[in-house]
Amino acid sequence: MHSPSAPPFRRVAVTAVGVVSPLGVGVDETVPALRSGHDGVSPVTDFEVSRTRCKTAGRVDLGRVRDRLALSRQDRRRHPASLMMMAAAHEVRRGNPTFEPELLVIGTTSGGMSSGEAFYRAQVEKRRTHARAAWLANYLPQKPVLDAQEIWDTSAPSQIIANACASGTNAVGHAFRLVRGGHHRRVLCGGYDAISEMVFVGFDSLQASTPERIRPFDKSRTGLVLGEGAALFALEELESAKERGAPILAEITGYGISTDNHHLTQPHPSGIGPRQAMERALADAHREPGDVDYINAHGTATIFNDATEGTAIAELFGDRVPVSSTKSMMGHALGAAGAIEAAFSVLALQHQFLPPNIHLQECDPAWRLNIVANASREARLRCVVSNSFGFGGTNATIVLEKV
Amino acid sequence: MPSSAPRFTSRICGFGWVTPLGANLDEVWARLARGDVAEPKVVTNPETTHEHVYAPVPPKTVEALGRNPRLRRSSAISYFAVAAGLAALQNAGVCLTPEAAARTAIVFAISSGGVIYTRKFYEQIVKQGANCASPMLFPETVYNAPASHLAAQLGVDGATYTLVSDSTVGFSALEFAGQLLATSDLDRVVVVGAEESDWILCEAYRDWRFSRRPGSARGALLAEGAAAVVLGREGDLEITPHPGDPVFRQTDSDAALRRIHAALVPEGDVDLVIDGANGTSADRMEKHVLTERFPGAEFFHPKLAFGETLGAAALMQIVVAALALRHGGLPGVSGKPAKSALVSALGFNHQAGGAVLRLVSDTR
Repeated sequence: MHSPSAPPFRRVAVTAVGVVSPLGVGVDETVPALRSGHDGVSPVTDFEVSRTRCKTAGRVDLGRVRDRLALSRQDRRRHPASLMMMAAAHEVRRGNPTFEPELLVIGTTSGGMSSGEAFYRAQVEKRRTHARAAWLANYLPQKPVLDAQEIWDTSAPSQIIANACASGTNAVGHAFRLVRGGHHRRVLCGGYDAISEMVFVGFDSLQASTPERIRPFDKSRTGLVLGEGAALFALEELESAKERGAPILAEITGYGISTDNHHLTQPHPSGIGPRQAMERALADAHREPGDVDYINAHGTATIFNDATEGTAIAELFGDRVPVSSTKSMMGHALGAAGAIEAAFSVLALQHQFLPPNIHLQECDPAWRLNIVANASREARLRCVVSNSFGFGGTNATIVLEKV
Repeated sequence: MPSSAPRFTSRICGFGWVTPLGANLDEVWARLARGDVAEPKVVTNPETTHEHVYAPVPPKTVEALGRNPRLRRSSAISYFAVAAGLAALQNAGVCLTPEAAARTAIVFAISSGGVIYTRKFYEQIVKQGANCASPMLFPETVYNAPASHLAAQLGVDGATYTLVSDSTVGFSALEFAGQLLATSDLDRVVVVGAEESDWILCEAYRDWRFSRRPGSARGALLAEGAAAVVLGREGDLEITPHPGDPVFRQTDSDAALRRIHAALVPEGDVDLVIDGANGTSADRMEKHVLTERFPGAEFFHPKLAFGETLGAAALMQIVVAALALRHGGLPGVSGKPAKSALVSALGFNHQAGGAVLRLVSDTR
């Protein structure tokens, strides 16, 4: 990975986190929710679900987001994705006021899809409305990023990665590589996604979502529920952050990416894709599986994902390392999932606990895994792995460590 | 170093495209030299009966992929992307053995993505009910579906990324590819931009006063197609993309373009400018900025020939620039051999972007 002629690697610090999820708005709400195993999934009420199997999702309390941002009347009407990104940016800004990003790397899956839906419905209903221009603007994935930049007052360039459900981890991993290689000193990275009817029905049509509770790694798991949210990170060179007196929350030490070409939506049953991503991330971090203290799994609770991820984790780590899927508490936030789960991993390292995998009744006997079942645990954590896998066969893993 | 300074210089090893004027590099070049322009096709919004125009890709350009099993349920955008990617690798003389594929990454540029299947899938939800929406369509609506199909064709099992933005996303993808070459142990990155058209896309851009009406020459002619560039460490064409300068409001555009041009060409002048003029009101401003900065350059406006291909547009401009440098000048123009080309574009709702290409004697 690192050629001999390249400049020496920099250590990469996380110096601020902003997180908005069904488990809370901001770190101060998120930590107690993670510790208590809060169930952030609730009935969907903002679009028709009478003809879908699944009727629930993990929803962000947008009223609380708006209140936290103290927005003008006009700004309060922004798209949910923009509001969540603005809130995450605001929290990062507050956590590290001297951080000025040189670049933004942001992941998403569906941008402002609900605005596209409104535009289409207006066609069918033959409605001409002034809202159409706003719908078009908000449909595009770059809009929430520009909105977050305006909060920050930064004109740094941005890269928007749409690698399906691995997008958030890809964004954090790519940003990490840029800082580590000395190509950028400070990068703001993360991901966002807001629930939309089309994506909700899409997963339902594939029978990937469940009418029951989401139970990752359970023998009787029946599928995922969707979630939403945003998470952002201030990444910078560790030494320069220390010199500035910036808070050091964690260190990112490795990133691995793989593409599983088996099928557009189904992973290869051998688990080769997730395994390659984890192996590459560990090699990148110069770590062995035995160094890892906790795995925040992708754990969507679909038959296929958990089978392949469970196999890959069991083969690589055995049953020693505690594993949990925090999607059990908040659903699958798609392009935001990797970023949100990386934020949860940073909080686990900071506060030294294992977030739980709730709703677990009986672990699937297909593999022996040390699942953090139903309740959080205190633990001594130094090294954490966070996984994200997505449609298109994209697999991504990052390694985070306590400084 | 300012945050938006160009940082990554690579070499172009090969390129290919699928355009409304055809897919063969020499034939399309000859058509550009003749002054040919894309033939608009009229499509009707079935809900409102509004008529729109866009420039389609001739079906024969991708018919060779018709029996490809991985693509059998795909939308047009994936066919364009795979055809352009394979053409670029062939142009680069690269045969992707499993060993070579392991040292290859894919970066994909997209703006609207699989808009045909997205519209059809949501149409089923609205008109027939959620329980009737086809699971065959949904996976192809995801932005990274075309990149996934290309990765499967090439056997690439490492880094595959899809970037999303406006018509400057191709520059972002080139920058991203340069970052991958600088931070990973790779030999090459296949950078592909692709787009397909549909009446809903035409309707949306019409609402934005961006696209043209049937029979009118005002506004952009939306178009579909794909372009691909293989970036590596060897070759006679050096490319330096700009990371992009965000445009929060229209009044930022002039300054953003000036910053980009100054950063890409600090020495002052280039031989050729491949600009982003597409028939919209932004053309006049871009032209003013470019002619003031590069008074001695020759200009070419490929979007007036191909149409506005959004996610594919910047990479089509790059291929035109690369061909122009290889041919020694713009299509149909002979004169002093050109050694450098600036490619410039102003996106409609994210950023301004650009890249500079130079013909170099050191092929490494």
